[in-house]
Amino acid sequence: MTTLVYLLPAALFLGALGLSGFLWALRSGQYEDLHGAAERILIDWDDKLER
Amino acid sequence: MSCCAPGAEMVPDPGRVTPDLPSNQEIRLASRRLGDGIIQSDLSVPTVHCGACIQAIEAALAKLDRVEGARVNLSTKRVSVQWREGEVPPIIATLEGLGHPAHLFETDGDEKDGMLSGLVRAVAVAGFAAGNIMLLSVSVWSGAEGPTRDLFHWVSALIAIPALAFGGGIFFRSAWNALRHGRMNMDVPIAVGVSLGYAMSLYETVIHGEHAYFDASVSLLFFLLIGRTLDHLLRERARTAVKGLSRLAARGAMVLRDNGARDYLPVGEIEPGMRVLIAAGERVPVDGRIVQGTSDIDCSLVSGESTPLDADAGELVQAGMLNLTGPLTVEATAAAKDSFLAETVRLLEAAEGGRAHYRRIADRVAVLYAPVVHLTAFATFLGWMAASGDWHRAMTIAIAVLIITCPCALGLAVPIVQVVAARRLFDNGIMVKDGSALERLAAIDTAVFDKTGTLTLGKPRLVNRSSIDPAMLAIAAAMGAHSRHPLSQALAGLASPAGQPTFNEVREHPGFGIEAIAAGSTWRLGRRGWAGSNGRIGAEGKTGVTVLTRNGRLVASFEFEDALRAGADTAIAQLKHAGLTVEMLSGDTAAACAVVADALKLDRFTPALVPSGKVQRIRQLTNDGHRVLMVGDGLNDTPALGAAHVSIAPATAADISRNAADFVFLRESLWAVPLALDVSRRAGRLVRQNIAIAIVYNAIAVPIAILGHVTPLIAAIAMSASSVLVIGNALRLQGFAPTTTAPSATRAGIRAWVQPS
Repeated sequence: MTTLVYLLPAALFLGALGLSGFLWALRSGQYEDLHGAAERILIDWDDKLER
Repeated sequence: MSCCAPGAEMVPDPGRVTPDLPSNQEIRLASRRLGDGIIQSDLSVPTVHCGACIQAIEAALAKLDRVEGARVNLSTKRVSVQWREGEVPPIIATLEGLGHPAHLFETDGDEKDGMLSGLVRAVAVAGFAAGNIMLLSVSVWSGAEGPTRDLFHWVSALIAIPALAFGGGIFFRSAWNALRHGRMNMDVPIAVGVSLGYAMSLYETVIHGEHAYFDASVSLLFFLLIGRTLDHLLRERARTAVKGLSRLAARGAMVLRDNGARDYLPVGEIEPGMRVLIAAGERVPVDGRIVQGTSDIDCSLVSGESTPLDADAGELVQAGMLNLTGPLTVEATAAAKDSFLAETVRLLEAAEGGRAHYRRIADRVAVLYAPVVHLTAFATFLGWMAASGDWHRAMTIAIAVLIITCPCALGLAVPIVQVVAARRLFDNGIMVKDGSALERLAAIDTAVFDKTGTLTLGKPRLVNRSSIDPAMLAIAAAMGAHSRHPLSQALAGLASPAGQPTFNEVREHPGFGIEAIAAGSTWRLGRRGWAGSNGRIGAEGKTGVTVLTRNGRLVASFEFEDALRAGADTAIAQLKHAGLTVEMLSGDTAAACAVVADALKLDRFTPALVPSGKVQRIRQLTNDGHRVLMVGDGLNDTPALGAAHVSIAPATAADISRNAADFVFLRESLWAVPLALDVSRRAGRLVRQNIAIAIVYNAIAVPIAILGHVTPLIAAIAMSASSVLVIGNALRLQGFAPTTTAPSATRAGIRAWVQPS
């Protein structure tokens, strides 16, 4: 029972961390072009074009 | 090209006619100011399909002057370009040069989709809550007791609150809306079940009870929200895809002021009496009278007539017509809101209504389902009260009945099938506006087609090619490439890849034809009377009014007919095979209709109809008890599209027709129509199966619940099992081999729809 005192908050905190990470990614537009993101990883940009 | 379309100056070869590029003024009108002198233009680029395209486009655009940055969105097939204030960079011409034709799309009303992000956020929160509560519940089921169980219940109750607020809110609002208007939908039993389940569990927790249904309440929300989000994504994707198609209505026009100044005004600001310049290749923005200039006018979108008309000073033109060959000055006789286009909108609004009465299957089931469920739970409560007198026990069991009957499977049964069906259609280039369109399409027994632009491509095709000297054809093709006239374009398409003849001078005589001078001879391609008819060829073609002459002597005569859309004959045959009556309604002449009706073996056709005539015919069919599918593309079909039980439009249709239609097919082939019918009929069958599965599940689970044997563990297992069963059944739609066979509707077909003109 005593271990639950810190295990439960720890578990919930980690879960909430994941949730807030997802919400942040959603808000910053990372889910707006899933197809494009999959393709972009294969692109070799020239150095001068790197942004 | 005239001074009014500076965008064309960027085109490398000015002699050649390119598809209508939006002018710089149009780009400016469609762009947004971001501040600091940065302007953002959003363009739709339908041909982007891989990483190489992204790289090519972004690199090429970044090299342009004053372009700050360009970003391709592959999912929505759009490019957003940010550029500094000043002259508009040649964005569209650059994209055109890369082989990616681009066009502007409506940015107004295109603000971020708040509904979708709200739904995704709700799914995330509900998923988080469901996962954590399920972990705690498993501990309770496996034997946690006393204060530990109470602690777990309390923590679960806390975690459930945000899930109910974010996720439940969507259902509560919808249920409340339905009840307030005296209707019943699936969200009512969901809202009642979830909130009563939560309230009862909270009470159990307070009195240190053994059973709490927090996990059931929240995981129910989680599953249902997934279904709802998928449904929304489906509609959203169809909406953006349809929006990405090129606009066929004019966005603005060059207005000639009395003092000689020229202003580019948005269509909405043009008033009667203003003089508007319309360059070749532009659409007429408002109704008006031609005051200067000669040209040919393509009315196919407006009236359904396939042959272009001559336009001379004094004649009237209607909004939506396409000016083909020469610049025109038009005096507006009506503002945009009173123009032909707006008239069509009013007819459309009047015609819609039959469809508004359609009730979706899920709602029809809900009308029966919700009262039965609530009465059963209430009867259970009364029964246990009478039998045991223990109100707490009676209440617990009654709420267990509510939770176990909560229409999780039923809530997924319909949307999941429709999402899979829409996905299948999407892969075949067919957009579905919403789920009810699939249900309505499955019920039709009559198909009504428009002719020009639907059964036919609305583009002429040379029919007497074999009787023409190939050398003459090559010259005609090279000359045709200099004009926008559909007949010239048809000839230009036949150019041989090798050895293009070169001309010293090419001039277009609007309304008559093209004149070219090469090696001392004067060639004329156009009307027989103008080009010169004292030819040596004796055989006067029946319809061959288009001729090629050399120094006034006839050397070739061309016959054209409106080409049938690819796959039209097999599509009609398949529709008839599926038991439909197929009919054609057209604004074109009886003779032109008879040819098409004959070639396609149509059951009936009615020629020379005005827009309201088409609506009348569809009303008449509906009153005779038929369910009518309307397939059409023109402005004149739009009211009929609204009046029919369900409607389909090709991507080349007028904007307003595309918006009125339930389905839009992007590829050239008419095969899309029988395919959509086939898929929607199968989807209808699967929906009914899924509803049957849900009912069987209830028939088994409800007696167990009424007898008081349901624990939270059993409820969790039963509900997940039925949901998985329903989803699995829906996925079967993905695997079936279509009974309709696809013609070669591949990439060539996709390219064909991108630039309709």
